[in-house]
Amino acid sequence: MKILVCISHVPDTTSKINFTDGDTKFDTNGVQYVINPNDEFGLTRAMWFKEKQGASVDVVNVGGSETEPTLRKALAIGADSAIRVNTPATDGYAVAKQLAKVVNDGGYDLVIAGRESIDYNGTMVPGMLAAMIGANFVTNCISLEVDGTSAKAVREIDGGKETVSTSLPLVIGGQKGLVEESDLRIPNMRGIMMARKKPLTVVEPIDATTETNAVSFEKPAPKGAVKLVDADNIDELVNLLHNEAKVI
Amino acid sequence: MSILVYTESENGKFKKAALEVVSYAKAVADQMGTSVTAVAVNADNAETLGNYGASKVLLVKDESLKAFNAKKYAAIVENAAKNEGSKVVVVSASADSKYLAPLLAVGLDAGYVSNVVAAPSNVSPFTVKHSAFTNKAFANTEITTDVKIVGLSNNSFGLVESGGSASVEDFSPSIPESGVTVESVDKATDKVSIADAEIVVSGGRGLKGPENWGMIEELAEVLGAATACSKPVSDLGWRPHGEHVGQTGKPVASNLYIAIGISGAIQHLAGINSSKVKVVINTDPEAPFFKAADYGVVGDAFEVVPKLIEKLKAFKAANA
Repeated sequence: MKILVCISHVPDTTSKINFTDGDTKFDTNGVQYVINPNDEFGLTRAMWFKEKQGASVDVVNVGGSETEPTLRKALAIGADSAIRVNTPATDGYAVAKQLAKVVNDGGYDLVIAGRESIDYNGTMVPGMLAAMIGANFVTNCISLEVDGTSAKAVREIDGGKETVSTSLPLVIGGQKGLVEESDLRIPNMRGIMMARKKPLTVVEPIDATTETNAVSFEKPAPKGAVKLVDADNIDELVNLLHNEAKVI
Repeated sequence: MSILVYTESENGKFKKAALEVVSYAKAVADQMGTSVTAVAVNADNAETLGNYGASKVLLVKDESLKAFNAKKYAAIVENAAKNEGSKVVVVSASADSKYLAPLLAVGLDAGYVSNVVAAPSNVSPFTVKHSAFTNKAFANTEITTDVKIVGLSNNSFGLVESGGSASVEDFSPSIPESGVTVESVDKATDKVSIADAEIVVSGGRGLKGPENWGMIEELAEVLGAATACSKPVSDLGWRPHGEHVGQTGKPVASNLYIAIGISGAIQHLAGINSSKVKVVINTDPEAPFFKAADYGVVGDAFEVVPKLIEKLKAFKAANA
């Protein structure tokens, strides 16, 4: 089985978010970048397939050279090779088009992407990619088994979960549950040394127009101070929620 | 040329989010000088969408579509959009709509923006405000394609009743085979889901163990709320993944979020930033959550929550 894991290069979850240039650009100053957490669950599941069932695992990112440390980390975790499509990740549609070219060229059976990236939260790239390449698609995936060309997946739905059967070629929008948090791997020294020797191929992008354009950003309005209610006066809390906040 | 809305229903009944997207679409239609057409699948009382601003409903009745299927449903909406010549399609932010929308976007060659929180600031160029960085910020984004898809964040626009009526037309588009078959659905039908909930009651590690969740569930029941939890709680296996709220879990956009025994890590706060009113109950007055909350109680959850349940029961009885 030939697996491709899509890796988004995103600000660490603890990052404070700021903007520059008149609130038109994300301020990267002091921001640590990581593998998008939803992608990391998928990468670890791909490693499981590689080790238990036999599979090759490539990782791909659409982005500038600044994303290479993130791809190297994925190689250190155990991916066999990495591909970087040399263009900034502008919008979801353009990213999906670049990924579709990589998937078609590489002949992958299974593509695992995070259900969304934690920066733009677009929830669109895996679905668009599946539609573009004509593959089956399951998102919010919390369990995945593959047997030959058949696949069984469990996906989270609002208020529960559903089990689906499908077949390869398949695109997965994965998330926590695909593997447990405790199963996520931290690159060890051997992995880091080996990653240096693994191929990281840079491919030039195809022409892909963007369909959306983020023109400005804003932060939520600053909050007023919390109104503290005495633990012995819960009537007051009920009163505030009813009369002031009007939420009950 | 009308604005098209995909309206979700369950067991024939429209979800609240469906009424909200119709209300939103009506506002967009008024801005663009056009009308609203809704697409519904196996819904009863489709004409009721008129009360929220739809003038026409395209109704698909097909038993084989009982279980949601993203590819088939996307094809229905795509057909409807093409029939109507719609330049704007509105969907909700439910798990199903977020599954369907990217497939629809490719089918219609349309730009798609999800997690939209307000009516367009401008319709030419078409510009919408949406949450980004897991609710730590908002982006104002132009959609530059001829056809545009807007995914509306739940509880962000509200319901607007207009008292109108909608004509209902049977709609039978050709539906493709789907390569994904639903084998089984495991859903607690009597529970409010986090995505639909107007109120969410959430517990953290301060509750000390899963055996103490009874009072969280009781509080949620009194309020008609959904239950949720912090990341450590789902990592420890005290509660299912589906209840984990935060940057790597579910985002919450409820009207009221009550956090009990949750200190308020930055990743958790990001997940609940879109909630309108936040209440925190925690023994530690230094917990970061107090800086993000509207109302706070410094106290032991095991004493405060039973009191709150008792007071809310009395309040409900008095206001029944």
